[in-house]
Amino acid sequence: MSSSSALLGKRSATEPGSPVLVVEDLRTRIHTPRGDLQAVDGISFSLGRGETLGIVGESGSGKSVLGRTIMGLYTDGPVTTVTGRVTIAGKDVHALSAKELRSLWGADVGMVFQDPMTALNPVKKAGVHLTESLRRHRGMNRSQARARAEELLNLVGIPEPRRRLDQYPHELSGGMRQRVVIAMALANEPALLIADEPTTALDVTVQKQILDLLARLQGELGMAMVLISHNLGVVAGRADRVAVMYAGRVIEMADAATLFEAPHHPYTEALLAAIPRLHQPPHVRLEAIDGAPPNMIAPPVGCRFAPRCRYAQDDCSQVLPVLDPAAVDGVATPGHSFACHHPVNGGRH
Amino acid sequence: MGRTLMKRAGELAAVLLIVSFGTFLLVSLLPNDPAVSILGPGRAPAEYAALREELGLDDSTLSRYLDWLGSALTGDLGQSVVPPQVDVLDRIAAALPVSVQLAVMGMGMALLISIPLAMWSAYHAGGRVDRVISGGTFGVLSVPSFLAGLLVIMVFANALDWFPRAQWVRITESLAGNLYHAFLPALTIALAEAALFTRILRNDLITTLQEDFILAAKAKGMSARHVLFSDALRPSSFSMVTLIGLSLGRLIGSTVIVEYLFALPGLGSLVIGAADTGDFVMVQGAVLVIATIYVLTNLLIDLSYGVLDPRIRRAHV
Repeated sequence: MSSSSALLGKRSATEPGSPVLVVEDLRTRIHTPRGDLQAVDGISFSLGRGETLGIVGESGSGKSVLGRTIMGLYTDGPVTTVTGRVTIAGKDVHALSAKELRSLWGADVGMVFQDPMTALNPVKKAGVHLTESLRRHRGMNRSQARARAEELLNLVGIPEPRRRLDQYPHELSGGMRQRVVIAMALANEPALLIADEPTTALDVTVQKQILDLLARLQGELGMAMVLISHNLGVVAGRADRVAVMYAGRVIEMADAATLFEAPHHPYTEALLAAIPRLHQPPHVRLEAIDGAPPNMIAPPVGCRFAPRCRYAQDDCSQVLPVLDPAAVDGVATPGHSFACHHPVNGGRH
Repeated sequence: MGRTLMKRAGELAAVLLIVSFGTFLLVSLLPNDPAVSILGPGRAPAEYAALREELGLDDSTLSRYLDWLGSALTGDLGQSVVPPQVDVLDRIAAALPVSVQLAVMGMGMALLISIPLAMWSAYHAGGRVDRVISGGTFGVLSVPSFLAGLLVIMVFANALDWFPRAQWVRITESLAGNLYHAFLPALTIALAEAALFTRILRNDLITTLQEDFILAAKAKGMSARHVLFSDALRPSSFSMVTLIGLSLGRLIGSTVIVEYLFALPGLGSLVIGAADTGDFVMVQGAVLVIATIYVLTNLLIDLSYGVLDPRIRRAHV
């Protein structure tokens, strides 16, 4: 896309080779009237330029809270307690002042939301959503921002961008709105993009278009991307590495191919088995994981998955397994780690 | 658009017919006999009867109404039946600006007070300031307006001596003097309205602030002030705008208590005074004007929804 070359001019001050995003032992505790809820419980990873980390997990596993804590939208305060460290483009997010955070948001890190029907202000034209961010972070005047907004709409594949600028969100289709949301997140070419269930609210044909668009833009802009989804299919083939979350913890992380071929954690195995497949004979019972995720106000002492795990033994409900590097037949498999006492597919720590 | 306006004009005419006929019926039930008001008490019954005959009071209500309606349609609201027999239209033309100014100024002041308070409250919902504002607005709402007026007079006119009371300077004489003298009565009106607006707007803002697009605006790095004024206010203002319409229309004719407290020559006092003497022509004319303003104000409010929310522009027209 020719217009994207103009957008590649500015690159944030990340040194080549150094990771864009570093998350160290991040914990988010949400205070609710019924007690404290440990939504994110000790998560660490790092992400380099152009890399995509997929985060999968079922509803309530803490993936969205993780995304928002990384952004700094959840901070250490009266409502939530945050410990650990998040570094975006060299800046310690949770040490920034409110003002510094606002300079980080929309400039160094952008966010794509789940539902494009609600992520755009219904009383603002599509163009305004883009120009206000450009004027805020780049000090552009009205006409510069408008020209640039048109460029952005073109970049995200919206036909007749000039006309669309003056349309209200309700005049655009769902897919088109999500493209506007993406353009909004990318307006200032952030080093990091957090996409929280970017396709969940869209129909299947549009889902693929949006995922392809995200992948293309990531390549063109060299962003790091955190792709959050409950859908393994969304993450497969789009993410370099995949982290599986369960009850606030990452229970397995590996490069995408390894994870899908030889998962070591029983939960990952069960998740993969629960995907319906077209070549399955008809009337075969679909695999499902029995039970429900634990209550995060009072989580179980040992492995959080133990009550639902078919391989669980006595030690599982007593000792919490930690995320350690994996090895198969004594040979370390780099980049693969899991948290389980009784792994499957020949995995060992 | 043209069709909507036509339909609205039809509705307006229907409402005015019903209101004026209803007023006519009510006024004819008044115990005050205009004949007694005009001649004074203690005359012979025959004299009163003759005057009533002359005034046409013995005709049927319907034929009197139709008479009145006929001349009202030509723009003639008649003359006061009680001496001095002034032109009703002149009296209304003198009183109306006072009432309109009070209502508009009061409303403007109420908005100036309530919008920042509601925003602060909603943005820090559950916090100390929110609780203080909540309690304060509740307190103001529970104070009857004559008491609020007296308090305003005690504080600003008597104790602080910042503003005068009981004087009215016409806007044509001196704009500054007019605003200066209108300040306290307008403030009295504004207090109760502001308390109401603050509560309504706060609740709607809290709902709006939980929307995804607010989070999206924050995630773009927009400031709290930008988020509140540019993103949250408009989508939250519908209930308040509806209330503004109802309040404005209501205030035009019913600021009687404030008019009495501050000795202002407004429409409210005009109607009450006329009803007192049985001056049905005056009551009739004033009510017609008040009803017209009420309906027109709310027509404007209805049209403003389309300005506030682009989604209902097409659905409506």
